[in-house]
Amino acid sequence: MNASAKPLAIHDLTVAYQDKPVLWDIDLSVPTGVLAAIVGPNGAGKSTLIKATLGLMPVAAGTVEMFGQPYAKARRMVGYVPQRSSVDWDFPTNALDVVLMGTYGQLGWIKRPSKADREWALHCLEQLAMADFAQRQISQLSGGQQQRVFLARALAQRAQLYLMDEPFVGVDAVTERAIISLLQQLRSDGKTVICVHHDLDSAPEYFDWVALLNVRMIAAGPMKTIWTPENISQTYGGRTQSLIRGAA
Amino acid sequence: MSSTFAIILTGILVAAACASLGCFLILRRMAMLADAISHAILPGLVAGYFIAQGPSLLAGFFGAALAGLITVGLVELLKNTQRVGGESAIGIVFPAMFALGTFLVSKYYADVHLDADAVLYGNIEFVGFDHWYLGETDLGPQSLWIMGCLCLINLIFISVFYKELKLATFDAGLAATLGFSPILIHYGLMAVVSITTVGAFTAVGAILVVALMIVPAATAYLLTDRLPWMIGLAIAAGAIAAVAGFGLAFMLNGSVAGAIATVTGVEFGLALLFSSKQGLVARAQRLARQRIQFAADTLLVHLLQHEGSPDAAHESTIDHLQSELQWNNKFAQRVLDLAQRRSLVRCQGQQLELTTSGRERSQQVLQLGRG
Repeated sequence: MNASAKPLAIHDLTVAYQDKPVLWDIDLSVPTGVLAAIVGPNGAGKSTLIKATLGLMPVAAGTVEMFGQPYAKARRMVGYVPQRSSVDWDFPTNALDVVLMGTYGQLGWIKRPSKADREWALHCLEQLAMADFAQRQISQLSGGQQQRVFLARALAQRAQLYLMDEPFVGVDAVTERAIISLLQQLRSDGKTVICVHHDLDSAPEYFDWVALLNVRMIAAGPMKTIWTPENISQTYGGRTQSLIRGAA
Repeated sequence: MSSTFAIILTGILVAAACASLGCFLILRRMAMLADAISHAILPGLVAGYFIAQGPSLLAGFFGAALAGLITVGLVELLKNTQRVGGESAIGIVFPAMFALGTFLVSKYYADVHLDADAVLYGNIEFVGFDHWYLGETDLGPQSLWIMGCLCLINLIFISVFYKELKLATFDAGLAATLGFSPILIHYGLMAVVSITTVGAFTAVGAILVVALMIVPAATAYLLTDRLPWMIGLAIAAGAIAAVAGFGLAFMLNGSVAGAIATVTGVEFGLALLFSSKQGLVARAQRLARQRIQFAADTLLVHLLQHEGSPDAAHESTIDHLQSELQWNNKFAQRVLDLAQRRSLVRCQGQQLELTTSGRERSQQVLQLGRG
């Protein structure tokens, strides 16, 4: 790991569905130790950016580096929280087992998780106030609890950089607070967190760094310099200016 | 070894080999793909025989595994064109492959023992006759050896790659980001499904392989919410079907393979009705309980609304409930029983009144309704 390298550096990234570009020539460089939000309207390519970054989607052009390395080499330093709706919650397993999946990357092929891994997974559940639900079948959890299980799983990856796809969508107030305190904890531990976020009101409150995206990268940098009515209005095509309260 | 025992043991081995893999097919929502593979391996089998210039076991396995993978690949390709939906893609690929297989059989093997009946229905009844010999030594029925090996291969495959199969099935995205190629795992699973199908179909035929792969696993899915248990229960359900199916066929003098598959269907039906987890009976009981619970709450709210008003005496009689709330006698009685058992309501002759806890509960209910 190159200590001076940025956790995430994207150059000229273009992603397209057939001939329709979803992301156009994205440049993005996220510094260490920030809580970054990727903000933009529906169809702006926010989730696509995360997925393309992680190699879950074919890239038409451009490069992505994490800690100065291509993703395939930096996997172990990167934790991923997909959208909650991306998996089948009727899968026959319990919360602890899902969190344990976060340790699989460190284990590699074939090797089974040890007792220490289980304890670590339980500890990660505790961090999200979910230890009481460790043995609970995952379909019996509420939406917010399922989201916390996903975050505990990312925590179990012991990553340096976390990419999260809409962690606040459809969660209750308790979960929202649990997620925020986790994010702050991660930041104070020197980790970097990047979240896709769609709520303009809470963005400046939760995050200290922001990337405004609408197919192209409109602006990116520290929240206090980037979060201006002009930038936001440009990102949303001038439609929602009246809705924005937090803008400087 | 008696031939009866050989048949039953083969049936159990087929069931175990198929059902264990079937769990992952069910969880991956790929039941139809098993059906497709079971039909599509036919051209591969013929091609294998053609290259080996005779019915060679090994060539058959290789050909079939290859044909299975080609089928899966073609289905994926067709899906990726986004011109045909998932299940339709399967529906297009497998009849084509099967048709090619039947054509090849009729062209090159019209005279050998690879007839359509054997392919479709198998002949587990003859398991005992086809023995393997090492020099002069009788090693026992050939099918028994094949299915024993396949069963072992599958159980080893599942236990060695359990973690990877589980992860790729639950969350392919995470599997990919952690460096466990979900595509590789998918094709690996499909290769094992293909060779299992070839091995099993000589015993139970191509159609019934599907029954044993899918139905016991679907049954187990209804009965448990832990994956290791699901795999164990699926194998058990398959094995029980094998034994019971043989008994049934023996009693009724019918097709063994048909009877086994029928029993798997009966097992599924029973699980669907009586599973404590999500069975229809359990759900109906739960709904009935909820209905009475809700009716009791309705009664409390009704009493609260009229409490202390001039018409309270009139509104709070048992007869009035029956006419106004449209409850029949029996239902009203059950609701009243519940309310009294929980001491929410007191009964003074014909007159009903709320207890303190009943009043609290009804206020709570109103609050909930508002929130």
